Amino acid sequence: MRRYNAYAVEHASPVPLAQLNTGSRAQIVSIAAGHGLIGRLYAMGLVPGERIEVLQNARHGPVIVAAGGCRLVLGRGMTRKILVEE
Amino acid sequence: MKRTLTVALVGNPNSGKTTIFNNLTGARQHVGNYPGVTVESKEGVCRHGDTEIKFIDLPGTYSLTAYSADELVARRFIIQEKPDVIVDIVDSSNLERNLYLTVQLMELGAPLVLAFNMSDQAGARGFNIDTEKLSRLLGAPIVNTVGHKGRGMNELLEAVVASADAAAGNDGRFTLDYGREIEQEITKITSLLGTNGSFTEEYEPRWLATKLLENDRDIVSIIDSENIKAQVDKSAERIEKIIGEHPETAIAGSRYGYISGACQESVRSTIEIRHTISDKIDTVVVNRILGIPIFLGLMYLVFQLTFTLGAPFMDWLEQFFGWLAVGVSGWWPEGSESILKSLLVDGVIGGVGGVLVFLPNILLLFLAIAFLEDTGYMARAAFIMDRVMNKIGLHGKSFIPMLIGFGCSIPAIMATRTIENRRDRLTTMLVVPLMSCGARLPIYALIIPAFFPQAFHGPMLWIIYVIGIVLAIVGAKLLRSTLFKGESVPFVMELPPYRMPTLKGVLIHMWERGWLYLKKAGTIILVISIILWAMTAFPGLPEDKAARFDDDRTAVEALDLSDEARAERIATIDNEESEAALTHSIAGRIGHGLEPILKPMGFDWKIGTALIGAFAAKEVFVAQLGIVYSVGEADEESETLREKLQENYTPLIGFCIMLFCLISAPCMATIAVTKRESNSWGWALFQLVGLTVLAYVITVLVFQIGTLLGIGTG
Repeated sequence: MRRYNAYAVEHASPVPLAQLNTGSRAQIVSIAAGHGLIGRLYAMGLVPGERIEVLQNARHGPVIVAAGGCRLVLGRGMTRKILVEE
Repeated sequence: MKRTLTVALVGNPNSGKTTIFNNLTGARQHVGNYPGVTVESKEGVCRHGDTEIKFIDLPGTYSLTAYSADELVARRFIIQEKPDVIVDIVDSSNLERNLYLTVQLMELGAPLVLAFNMSDQAGARGFNIDTEKLSRLLGAPIVNTVGHKGRGMNELLEAVVASADAAAGNDGRFTLDYGREIEQEITKITSLLGTNGSFTEEYEPRWLATKLLENDRDIVSIIDSENIKAQVDKSAERIEKIIGEHPETAIAGSRYGYISGACQESVRSTIEIRHTISDKIDTVVVNRILGIPIFLGLMYLVFQLTFTLGAPFMDWLEQFFGWLAVGVSGWWPEGSESILKSLLVDGVIGGVGGVLVFLPNILLLFLAIAFLEDTGYMARAAFIMDRVMNKIGLHGKSFIPMLIGFGCSIPAIMATRTIENRRDRLTTMLVVPLMSCGARLPIYALIIPAFFPQAFHGPMLWIIYVIGIVLAIVGAKLLRSTLFKGESVPFVMELPPYRMPTLKGVLIHMWERGWLYLKKAGTIILVISIILWAMTAFPGLPEDKAARFDDDRTAVEALDLSDEARAERIATIDNEESEAALTHSIAGRIGHGLEPILKPMGFDWKIGTALIGAFAAKEVFVAQLGIVYSVGEADEESETLREKLQENYTPLIGFCIMLFCLISAPCMATIAVTKRESNSWGWALFQLVGLTVLAYVITVLVFQIGTLLGIGTG
């Protein structure tokens, strides 16, 4: 996404997954959580570099994302900790 | 030459493990207790050539680091039981994620066979996997399978046998290079482990060191050397400082890096992220607006099915047990009193029969749940219910055990194994018995028609169920804000693609849970029934008292009465004698002794006697009540028992009986399972005492207030 201003940036800076709209696609940048949770998420396929698509984000309650070949439900709290860029 | 192999089936959840397990073992499977490991495993046998292969179906897991109780089962089995071969079932359309577990198995050095399952779907989605190349890179044979079509099973068995043969000579261990900094620290830790020899017998040192750096809770808890722990902490700090990541993250990253590399060489894919039919279905099913109505509709359907379809089978079973009772009674000459006859008819057939009559009901419920689980809908239901569950401090995963609880608490409590957080898990386990289980149905079926007019039957039953649900919600909320206070654990769950379940799969799935109910009936209920029967029958009426009744009877015979009048008087005397005998028996005495406690609830000693049995197992309540009112072998259809209840009690008391039975602990078996699943007698006893006290308090309140307001006092 290009921003036309004096400090043009090539890519948008990472945002929490929680803020993405339904239907948007993004790539995971990092996970801002304790290493236990990170381990859990990695084991389920949410690793930096993974491309995901938001299938449902209703602003309240959990979010459904498609990652790789699977569909995951993520609690809202967790989606605030997963940073992505579009 | 015949030999046996023990083979474990592992893999991600929803990778098709259980389907393949069913294919390979069919009906020849059973649930057993594995020696040394105190959880249940599913085992089955299969013959291939002259080899007998014992397959163990383990719970699905994403990684060898266990995050929930059932993942722990899988990992413990693999590490401690050391099966001859491990078959890792991989969902080929989700390759990289599935290989994360595979790589850890490779590091463990286990003889591995990979089953690339759902290979038809992978192909359809545009994946082109060079299995030969990948097999070389991973160092394990790969078999393409399509589990739900039964393809590839033979090849799989061939590979398993071949692998077992090859493993005998092979000792090469796969090691993943984690990068210089981490490798250095691993070396430091392994040398410490080497000097402290006790652990290295069971586990390989490098593997242990890696797991320690990954902060694997289970491994950390078995290492009791302060030295080693200190080194691990130091190493972790150092790694974090130098590479900017905690070793757990870095190690996971390295594994994925390896997988990525291997896949890049051998997998061609032409897609980004594709929308599938499942996603399209989900736009409706999981919809913000439509989701809940669809869900409620399905739940209504499930319960309707259970009650209406089950009815004819239940009637049939009732008739069968009635016939059986008559038949067995017929072995003795008419009118004779025999202890053995009473034991068999009143004790065994009455007690156990009362339980088994409701089996169709429970099986149908489990059938419906199995169907919903196998299609993949249950995961959506957990998602939809998550919001509701959040309000009471739990989440979506707690919903499924509660649903199962409507059938039987025992499989319900066991189903809590998927809940990662111990607090949430305990909370769910403790309140699940409030979901009115199938065993309580005979009680409702007896009392509701006895005290309430036809039109009220449905609503009354519904009210009882709702009260249970409400109490469970309140209980959960209370527990979560007091004993189990704390942050709700992050919720992450996979939504499997929708699929058409196989009849065989669903039936087996249903039977896994239904069998537990049956086992309980066959063992605990049987024993309790006999004990109770004994307590009610003994000690018999002493000679002198019995003689008095005999005199009364002779006196009536001597009178000049019509046949009818005489029969009536004799019957009255018989009843009086039975009642006297009962008062004299152990159960009766206990009942009388409890009267002061029972009075506030509106109960008398007879109900008390029945409750004693029900304390151990709810099912026995009706039979016990029948014995107490000397109605021979009573069941819920029994007109005479209903009449007796109407004569002696009011609708309010009837309601209180149901209330008390609803809230108090369902059966000793449930408490035993709670102890096993929570690993502590403390929680089990807390559950028992808590529920009983809650039942008492609420019933007393309802009775007292009801009496005060004059509701239902007839």
